[in-house]
Amino acid sequence: MQTHVLDYLREIVKTVPDKMAYSNGKESLTFREVYGQSRAIGTFLSDSGIYREPVVIFMNKHPKMAAAFFGVIWGGNYYVPVDVEMPESRIHLILENIRAKVMICDAGTVEVAERMAFDGKIVLYDEICHTGIKEAILQEIYEKALDTDPIYIVFTSGSTGIPKGVTACHRSVIDYIDHLSEALGFDENTVFGNQAPLYMDACLRELFSAVKFGASVYLIPKELFMLPVRLVEFMNEYQINTVCWVVSALTLISALGTFETVIPEYLRLIAFVSEAFPVKQFNKWKAAVPDAKYVNLYGPTEGTGVCCYYTVDREFLPGDIIPIGKPFKNTEILLLNEENERCRQGEEGEICIRGASLTLGYYNNPEKTAEAFVQNPLNSFYPELIYRTGDIGRINDRGELEFVSRRDYQIKHMGHRIELGEIEVNVNTLDGIAAAGCVYDKAKSKIVLYYSGETDEKALMVSLKERLPRYMLPGKIIRLEKLPYTANGKLDRMTLMKML
Amino acid sequence: MGELIEILSSLHPDVDFENCKNLVDGKILDSFDIITIISEVAETFDVTISAKYIVPENFNSAEALYALIQKLEDEE
Repeated sequence: MQTHVLDYLREIVKTVPDKMAYSNGKESLTFREVYGQSRAIGTFLSDSGIYREPVVIFMNKHPKMAAAFFGVIWGGNYYVPVDVEMPESRIHLILENIRAKVMICDAGTVEVAERMAFDGKIVLYDEICHTGIKEAILQEIYEKALDTDPIYIVFTSGSTGIPKGVTACHRSVIDYIDHLSEALGFDENTVFGNQAPLYMDACLRELFSAVKFGASVYLIPKELFMLPVRLVEFMNEYQINTVCWVVSALTLISALGTFETVIPEYLRLIAFVSEAFPVKQFNKWKAAVPDAKYVNLYGPTEGTGVCCYYTVDREFLPGDIIPIGKPFKNTEILLLNEENERCRQGEEGEICIRGASLTLGYYNNPEKTAEAFVQNPLNSFYPELIYRTGDIGRINDRGELEFVSRRDYQIKHMGHRIELGEIEVNVNTLDGIAAAGCVYDKAKSKIVLYYSGETDEKALMVSLKERLPRYMLPGKIIRLEKLPYTANGKLDRMTLMKML
Repeated sequence: MGELIEILSSLHPDVDFENCKNLVDGKILDSFDIITIISEVAETFDVTISAKYIVPENFNSAEALYALIQKLEDEE
């Protein structure tokens, strides 16, 4: 039984060493290069005395970043990818949480890294990837690894204002990759066009499926996601046949009339994730690329990647809901009602995940972990954790799982998971602000911030840019004399929603 | 032009849109912004900027974008 996630790489480098593994269109790495450079980085970390430690990866999206991830794992450590465009104050919160001793940078990020308040050592990928590989040491580290050991931490928005570090292990990633690839039918001929940023767990499906099958991944430059015609031309140029994208990236292409100019010629699998695909846009895709297989993916970071899928097998009309289907093999979805009992047919309940795909919890955050990773309420006989997603779902008449809504103020905006509370906390800490409340205008895909205080809207926006990542910035800021409150003294979001 | 500057400034109050000439190439605008701009322009000017016009040259400056809007208005 496979217990180490890099067994994929160990095996594939023997079969297709010179095949391209990762590319951004300009620069690429073969499997042999990924193997060699990652083994060098593993050796470097071991030589530096870094073992079973978090290692920050602060690099621009590039094939080398994937090799850096693997290098960290070869060294028996876990990688922590950090968005290089995130404001420094938020990066600081992450660094405080993990207290890493090493940060791996590239030439484009090292200057920013050196200005940060980081106590550890900053190293350059291009230097450490030339470290002489010590096979015996790497072998010893490999043999000591357990499949329950962590391999990465990725950070997600936290309602208290502090991001939470979801920690995944070998087992959960192997479980995910094996069952995802079986369900979607990846193989050695798959050519992925990756959209997900590498600081999110969403990129696992391409990075790890590539080393499992010897498939190739094009890391599509981020800028192309605002130039739809060029984006499709890029896919055609590299004969990309498989995409697993957030819905907003797919609708960017269809809604702006791209298909009138250019059509993706090679796509045979189109998976979509992170929010409901508006059926009108979905049908434009089906009309333009009729022979592709379409799959809806669903799942929170805490369940490693995604945990449910639905392969589109019928027509949908505007207004219909495309279901999220069923869990992958070896994962169970429990739909629990407010009494913590299994929902009856058609009853709405919280989607809870059970199985080996569960991550280990939030790093250095036992309180938040205990809130969401809980004993299975259906089992009082032995310890068994489930993850409570906070998503409300229901089983439809066909026996398929459907997403209904959220239990709290978490939203999905342009493919990112955001706690509105994190935005509010950041607004409230600014001088000149009396109170703040955020709502999400779903129809316009816009975060709307209401606040009261002396600061004007423009100054507020400028301050927020220093604290929040781009995708968390409000699309509209409105100053009110006074925010509405409920009789219990809580912020009245219902009234704010009505003001949209 | 004033209305367009207003749309752009609401996204990035700290950018001098009257003079900036590398909004896309300089990575000042990102995909979120482009989508917002297209929907706001549709609302304000009643023109649809379709995919073939979404190239850096048309979005690098407020001036270029305004010229595009005018061209599309004339066509309609």
